[in-house]
Amino acid sequence: MNKFNVLDLWYSSPLVTLVVTGLVLLVLEGFRRKSQRMAFGVSAAGIIIAIGLTIVTYGENQPAFNNTFLQGTFGSFFSFVFLAAGLLSLILSREYLERLNIHRTEYYALVIFAIVGMMLMASAIDLVVLFLGVELMSLCLYVLAGFMRTRVTSNESALKYFLLGAFVTGFLLYGIALLYGTTGTTNLVTIGKNFEAYSGNAVFLLGVGMVMMGLSFKIAAAPFHLWAPDVYEGAPTSVTGFMSTAAKAAAFAAFITVFLRTFEFAGTKVSEILAILAAVSMMIGNIAAIAQNNVKRMLAYSSVAHAGYMLTGIAAGNEEGQIGIMFYLAAYVFMNLGAFSIVSLVEGQNDTRLSFDDYSGLSKQQPLLAALMSVFMFSLAGIPPLAGFFGKYYVFLAAVKADLTWLAILGVLTSLISVYYYLRLVVLMYFRDGEAQVAAKPSLGTIVAISLAAFLVLQLGLYPSLVVNIARGGF
Amino acid sequence: MIELESYLLLSAITFVIGVIGVLTRRNAIIVFMSIELMLNSVNLTLVAFSAFLGDPTGQMLVFFVMTVAAAEAAVGLAIIIALFRNKQTLNIDEINILKW
Repeated sequence: MNKFNVLDLWYSSPLVTLVVTGLVLLVLEGFRRKSQRMAFGVSAAGIIIAIGLTIVTYGENQPAFNNTFLQGTFGSFFSFVFLAAGLLSLILSREYLERLNIHRTEYYALVIFAIVGMMLMASAIDLVVLFLGVELMSLCLYVLAGFMRTRVTSNESALKYFLLGAFVTGFLLYGIALLYGTTGTTNLVTIGKNFEAYSGNAVFLLGVGMVMMGLSFKIAAAPFHLWAPDVYEGAPTSVTGFMSTAAKAAAFAAFITVFLRTFEFAGTKVSEILAILAAVSMMIGNIAAIAQNNVKRMLAYSSVAHAGYMLTGIAAGNEEGQIGIMFYLAAYVFMNLGAFSIVSLVEGQNDTRLSFDDYSGLSKQQPLLAALMSVFMFSLAGIPPLAGFFGKYYVFLAAVKADLTWLAILGVLTSLISVYYYLRLVVLMYFRDGEAQVAAKPSLGTIVAISLAAFLVLQLGLYPSLVVNIARGGF
Repeated sequence: MIELESYLLLSAITFVIGVIGVLTRRNAIIVFMSIELMLNSVNLTLVAFSAFLGDPTGQMLVFFVMTVAAAEAAVGLAIIIALFRNKQTLNIDEINILKW
């Protein structure tokens, strides 16, 4: 029997810090009437300490808590991404929440607990911990999606997200039960070691299929994407930004853990199914995005398409694929978070000013914001030398190496479609006369945070090897 | 002695009943009850596997699933109440401001 080891607490110290921060925030709410300002400080401090601890504990792979949790480069990489995304989105959401009168302390606590769930998903090497991480994250996001509780659109988006999410949780759990039944363990390392023995078992494959379905829902890959446009449109924009970036990255971390690091399905029927999921997501996401007139909905469909590009790396099933996805996610988190934060600045009260036309002529009123938005749009479209280009480059290269050339070609073709709707926004901002204006003058902190995101997008594009080396497991 | 297959069949049938309930019922609370039925059928699978494998992990997972289901019920009912206050309906066909 394994005994409890004090070192385990050191390996999981970023998680422990965040849990304590979240609990302090909940208590704060009860004792102070105007606790929001303090809550922002406490949560920012908690996240910064957790980032520090993540960097300090970064190192060799070290199983902890009775082989359920893996402290190592993979988990630390993703923890860093989630924490950075969480911190940026908290800075960017503060003014938005104040403007819409939903600035409450619970918001911070929920975001912090969602990050804890995400970090558990990225560090889990046991299906039980993986499941708990998924649920912790999802439960917080259901509440966040309905955070504007007096508004019907927000309620509706929360209900749709909740009902479909819980429905799919049932499948994910049934899949885990079947994997447990056929292998006799929930530990992914043990399952991975004896993978050959199970790979032909029909019940095992049924379990794999159900887990695949559950995780595909969380990354919003077609045909399990139907919730995404509605939920992204109805939820408060700051929540959408967080949900579409960090939560997608967390679900991909779980996807990589299960399908690349545990199972070896490269070149089998399972990887063909993954390739088809990727192809369908790319096509549906990009084609549906063209028809949208609401910017949040356009970005929702674009996130379906990006899930497709990243799934290409999983279908490839090689190490390049894994590194490609990790780079892509790091880039995607910053570019999409930046784009959503500018959408939240333009948005008015009661879901107004969200259509494309509300951006006409933005460059005359807000030249800096228009320029930053253009950077994010160019990067999402995958135009070099921005980070989005290298993300696509790495995953498509991995697909070519795995003899999935058709998928890479389809990826490039659908990216060409995507240029149309991303650049449409840029054209409106610069070459169309209009009265576009931001709803309230953004503060210096907001501008700095958005510029930081844009700077990272540029930096990752100019020096992609920085992140690629960390993703490989070394500096 | 009841065979493992019988337990698995029973839980599979219950799971399918839950899925059909989610897909065909229109009342949000009934849909939610069907989801709980799905989770409980999974619990039955886990307990059956656990007993036949002689391994306690499955039973431990059941406790986690029950906890998660309780948390989900709290969040879900809160969301349903918030929606009912604004819309006075629980029919998911009428909840359609956002296009599906």
